[in-house]
Amino acid sequence: MPKDSGIGASSKRREDVRFLTGAGNYTDDINVHGQAYVHFLRSDIAHGRIKSVDTSAAEAMPGVVRVFTGKDFEGVGGMPCGWEVTDKHGAPMQEPPHPILAQGKVRHVGDPIAAIVADSLEQARDAAEAIDLDIEELPAVIDMKAAAQDDATLVHDDLKNNICYDWQLGETDDAKVDEVFANAAHVTTLDLVNNRLVANPMEPRVAVGEYKRGTDEYTLFTTSQNPHVIRLLMCAFVLGLPEHKVRVVAPDVGGGFGTKIFHYAEEAFCTFAAKACGRPVKWTSSRSEAFMSDAHGRDHVSKIELALDADNNFIGLRTNTYANLGAYLSTFSSSVPTWLHGTLMAGNYKTPVIQVNVKAMFTNTVPVDAYRGAGRPEATFQLERVVDKAARELGLDPIALRRQNFVTQFPYDTPVALTYDTGDYNGTMDKLEAAADLAGFAARKAESEANGKLRGLGINCYIEACGIAPSNIVGMLGARAGLYDAATVRVNATGSISVMVGAHSHGQGHETAFPQVVADMIGIDESMIEIVHGDTSKIPFGMGTYGSRSLAVCGSAMVKATEKVIEKAKKIAAHLLEASEADIELKDGQFSVAGTDKSVAWGDVTLTAYVPHNYPLEVEPGLEETAFYDPANFTFPAGAYACEVEVDPDTGQVSIEKFTAADDFGNIINPMIVDGQVHGGIGQGIGQALLENCAYDENGQLLSASYMDYAMPRADDVPFYGVDHSSQTPCTHNPLGVKGCGEAGAIGSPPAVVNAVLDALNSGGKAVDHIDMPVSPSRVWAAMNS
Amino acid sequence: MYSFDFEKPSTVADAVAALGAEDAQALGGGQTLIPTLKQRLAAPSKLVSLSGIAEMQGVCVEDDGSLSIGGATTHATVAREAAATYPALAALAGQIGDPAVRNRGTIGGSVANNDPAACYPAGVLGSAATIVTNTRQIAADAFFEGMFTTALEEGEIITSIRFPVPQVASYQKFLQPASRFALVGVYLARFADGVRVTVTGASEDGVFRWSEAEEALNKEFRPDALMDLRINPANMIADLHGSKAYRAHLVSVMTKRAVEACM
Repeated sequence: MPKDSGIGASSKRREDVRFLTGAGNYTDDINVHGQAYVHFLRSDIAHGRIKSVDTSAAEAMPGVVRVFTGKDFEGVGGMPCGWEVTDKHGAPMQEPPHPILAQGKVRHVGDPIAAIVADSLEQARDAAEAIDLDIEELPAVIDMKAAAQDDATLVHDDLKNNICYDWQLGETDDAKVDEVFANAAHVTTLDLVNNRLVANPMEPRVAVGEYKRGTDEYTLFTTSQNPHVIRLLMCAFVLGLPEHKVRVVAPDVGGGFGTKIFHYAEEAFCTFAAKACGRPVKWTSSRSEAFMSDAHGRDHVSKIELALDADNNFIGLRTNTYANLGAYLSTFSSSVPTWLHGTLMAGNYKTPVIQVNVKAMFTNTVPVDAYRGAGRPEATFQLERVVDKAARELGLDPIALRRQNFVTQFPYDTPVALTYDTGDYNGTMDKLEAAADLAGFAARKAESEANGKLRGLGINCYIEACGIAPSNIVGMLGARAGLYDAATVRVNATGSISVMVGAHSHGQGHETAFPQVVADMIGIDESMIEIVHGDTSKIPFGMGTYGSRSLAVCGSAMVKATEKVIEKAKKIAAHLLEASEADIELKDGQFSVAGTDKSVAWGDVTLTAYVPHNYPLEVEPGLEETAFYDPANFTFPAGAYACEVEVDPDTGQVSIEKFTAADDFGNIINPMIVDGQVHGGIGQGIGQALLENCAYDENGQLLSASYMDYAMPRADDVPFYGVDHSSQTPCTHNPLGVKGCGEAGAIGSPPAVVNAVLDALNSGGKAVDHIDMPVSPSRVWAAMNS
Repeated sequence: MYSFDFEKPSTVADAVAALGAEDAQALGGGQTLIPTLKQRLAAPSKLVSLSGIAEMQGVCVEDDGSLSIGGATTHATVAREAAATYPALAALAGQIGDPAVRNRGTIGGSVANNDPAACYPAGVLGSAATIVTNTRQIAADAFFEGMFTTALEEGEIITSIRFPVPQVASYQKFLQPASRFALVGVYLARFADGVRVTVTGASEDGVFRWSEAEEALNKEFRPDALMDLRINPANMIADLHGSKAYRAHLVSVMTKRAVEACM
């Protein structure tokens, strides 16, 4: 029987009531008395040298409060990068400055040149048109391989070249890798592109800066996944403000997908300008601005080689990737193609020798950073595509080839720096085969063929490192932050509970799932518990939400804090029951003395904590505990996905007929929310595989700069998904045994879709090795007819 | 957007008068014009809304059996009210954009704009419709003059469009995946005196008649009649979503499907 409350129950998402009835409080809903509006004048060329920016006419325009340019920020820090990657020769990455407003050069279409603060947004826009720019256009650096050439134009004049770092992971001895490949019975090679994406959260970014002269205090309202991180970065690295005088609030946030992790120039600008202008300053991104100022995702060009022995065992893997970082280093950009990508190249397989090579490139494009999955989808796509190609070349069943090479003994140390604590890849594949009715595929294929369609089946596996992250490990790898989290459990006198958490919910359902855990531990109703998040003045110093970490890391902190609360409450209960603390049991919200019928209710104990008349003298009054939790390891969700497509041979149109996911997320708190997270992830993965394509022309103009050309997945582009989460190997090192589920769908689905399309074509007599994403009708048609 | 004056007249005559102002611009459903204004890509002095003019609203069957659609009639209304009389045209209207677009966008606005990937131009030209304006009647064959260009004079308003109703017709639209305009759309209408085949989305010159296909189908109205027919890709549009060759290929496929749908 499914539970109806607590851990394991599909409790309905309580936050949806306000979201669906228009009662949410998003950043753009926040208006501060007397606020002015800022419009950013952005570069319409990809690369140019700023000769002059004449703002005098603009400053005289009606309603203009002040016009800022790069010169106004010469004494101010730039946007920081939170992760220093060391290259394969031991040198630190090249780290160019990233000013709030462009200084010296503009480096991508959308790079902000000036900021106009005015009484109204339209006045600010009018004034922007009166700014006289003299910018000498320079050749745009767009193609990554060309950017790596010695004679390439430099994106940053002060760097030695456009290569941020040349990084390597795994086997460092090239000769040893060569030998493995030389001795292989078969080598499969694949060149592929992981297409550049724009995250497109439903809510564009917004920032409202406020300064109170009387108390010298700043408040920044912003669309962020991690308000404490923004406050720390902005105070310590950008504006040099005292942290205790700055409050950062991320209220309801309408989707992030990674792109709202990062500290953006507009946030620092509004905070700075609020004091400089003596008025609150508000910025609301237009959708057009979002396309050219939100950090983009993915954009890797890779070559992957897989070596197999005569028995079809994987014996070696080598990758060479160019990763696009764009024009500047966004907050966590440097970690994505390296420690979030190279470390996952082992996948679910026990390949003994792996070498990952990554050149990260500066180009005249929007900065690239983490997007749902962040590095792990890029790894999974390469690996699962090359395994599929190997199976086709060798005439092997793609599932059998995968099973043969699965890691089956845990813990497992990969050749690429991770230790998988637990998993059951064969068990999860068994679940997939049943849930996807793979036995019935042949009949479905015959039916499609009778309708003139080619049908294909694509299988893939994935593993991801989530629960980001153990601070000591990431510190060694170059992270400039700890990645623990924190929770404060504040029990009120009447027994209700406020839990202040460092994680931020922007679609994940924390407000529902987190209370289920606390309710279960105490044995009270979920409705007695409220989650407080998103305001640095209320929550402990937690690191926010990304990397499928909230429950595994922040949830663990919440468990620890709740344990402390229960321990203290037992002391109080023992006093009230005149029993030994060791004999006190807590069940269903009642403290009882073991082996007796003596008990006292949760509410009586909490009231006693705050009205301590009859109270143990050695115990402090009150009932509020905080815990910080730093994980011992990453968590390793893993799964197997199956996609069935139909391809219209006349047009190349692909339709997804069936999609099944079998995931092992360890223990599950709310199965409905987990299903929803997987559905959303698959939707975005299908978007990447079939539709989404952020494209630049050779001059650095963004070709897909609006929804007229950037294809987001719509409801009728995706099927009803089958999801199975019954394969569960609990995480071995966090108290809930949870692994994280937010990114899995986006990681596991693109290769399944592409593998399915290629199966359809090849089984339909069209020999096609690979099609780059998005696998659009025109690309499929071209591949079929080449 | 830049600021502008706004008028919402209730008669065609008042609308014409209002449009006499310098840089005045007619506003239909605003599905193209409003986003353009928001991007500050147009700066009209005055917008003259045509949505309050009763005589430009609605769908009716004329005495000669033709279907007359008021210029300010929304796509949703056409999809609903033309379904019995002219199902292929109603189906075309029902495939434009999404419900929000169909409830605001108008036939007059779409035809006057003549977007090279819009659906209506294919239906209007394919039906040999007559564009009725405040001053004259223009045959569809003389109306569409290339991408975003028509025979309309400055300030001239499409008050209605009259469609002869064919024996059978079909609109086959292959979606551009992002905008859901036509990557290629083919409208095929079979009249007693012949077949018309029009193509939208494909050509640099906007909507056009595929006369070779018309000839072939006039000889023999079945899909195989098109078997050896290929359209020259030279003038096709090439962009992120499809090459010239792909669009040319789709013209053939969609035309064949239109014939099949009419069989």
